[in-house]
Amino acid sequence: MGRKLIYFLPIVVFMILGGYFFWGLDPDRNPANIPSVMIDKEVPVFDLARLDGSGVIGFDNDDLKTGTVTLVNAFASWCLPCLAEHPILTELAKRNGIRLYGINYKDRPDDAAEWLREHGNPYARIGADTNGRVSIDWGVYGVPETYIVDGEGRIRYRHIGPLDQAATDEIIIPLIKELSK
Amino acid sequence: MTEPQRNEPGSIPRKVIAALRHRVRQMTVVFLCLFLVAPALAVEPDEVLDDPVLEARARELSAEIRCLVCQNESIDSSNAPLAKDLRIIVRERLVGGDSNQEVLDYLVARYGDFVLLRPPMKPATYFLWFGPLAILLLGTLGVGTYFVSLKRRAASDTPVPLSAEEQQRLNELLADTTTENPSVNNPQTHNGGRSESPNS
Repeated sequence: MGRKLIYFLPIVVFMILGGYFFWGLDPDRNPANIPSVMIDKEVPVFDLARLDGSGVIGFDNDDLKTGTVTLVNAFASWCLPCLAEHPILTELAKRNGIRLYGINYKDRPDDAAEWLREHGNPYARIGADTNGRVSIDWGVYGVPETYIVDGEGRIRYRHIGPLDQAATDEIIIPLIKELSK
Repeated sequence: MTEPQRNEPGSIPRKVIAALRHRVRQMTVVFLCLFLVAPALAVEPDEVLDDPVLEARARELSAEIRCLVCQNESIDSSNAPLAKDLRIIVRERLVGGDSNQEVLDYLVARYGDFVLLRPPMKPATYFLWFGPLAILLLGTLGVGTYFVSLKRRAASDTPVPLSAEEQQRLNELLADTTTENPSVNNPQTHNGGRSESPNS
């Protein structure tokens, strides 16, 4: 019996390797997607001044503990993918009535204000993170990044890269609904 | 003076030797330049600390920290803007009196273990650290088992002594051959299936 089992060993090894390759070569898997260690942790302590010319005020960590779920989006005028997700964020804020705050990452205030004038401002508040330090505290390593913060100010989800319709419909909206209960 | 030295094989003129020496010196300078330039990577002059001891620590630490944008580069060698920000943070914290571990902890709190190029030893990484050793042990075990079984088989290949019954039958057969009439005992095999026994 033991002798017979050894003939299955190559199959077992193949299954393990095959499974690994299947996972590794999955086109939907983004190797740049580093899991956030901030999940389920409270947002870092910060106080971001308003972005001049945006017409909205800035925010700090206490503003995220008001009992309302907030979508926090790190963006910049120089970031093309941010422009790509801009209509989706606008729709989320307008149609779904989701509270959307923006962190303007390493941007010139003039450029950012101009960008918002041109494409519209979906953000209820915008903090200017001129040197990118607050974003580093959040664990941001590129823009855009989008965080879902629950009513107690805990980070519950992070999306790397531009939001697309699928991610919005399947993850963002359901999770915000769930957290808003 | 221009006479070739006696011990030189092939009597190379001094002029040639001098020229060679000169060439070797030139090459040495070139190589030294290459190697001295290599360590100066992405770190920009404005980042460098005045204190050489702290700067050396910063360089050492930065080499252990992964650039999250490039992912297979350390922040010490990456030109990404985020790497620059992290290099500056490392230096700020060292100047502020942080130990090396405190600096690493600061970054791990934000970016997770991924930010460390050398994965830490903890339950989640046991497989990573001990996996190769486990595979080596398994392999050794497998090879060992194979050789042991080979030996056992070789041992079992030594002929088992015949039982009394078998010995008796063998003796009978041998006795038959000596009578030079093998077909009597086993006519079918010896005659290709044709029946030629005297009995038929």
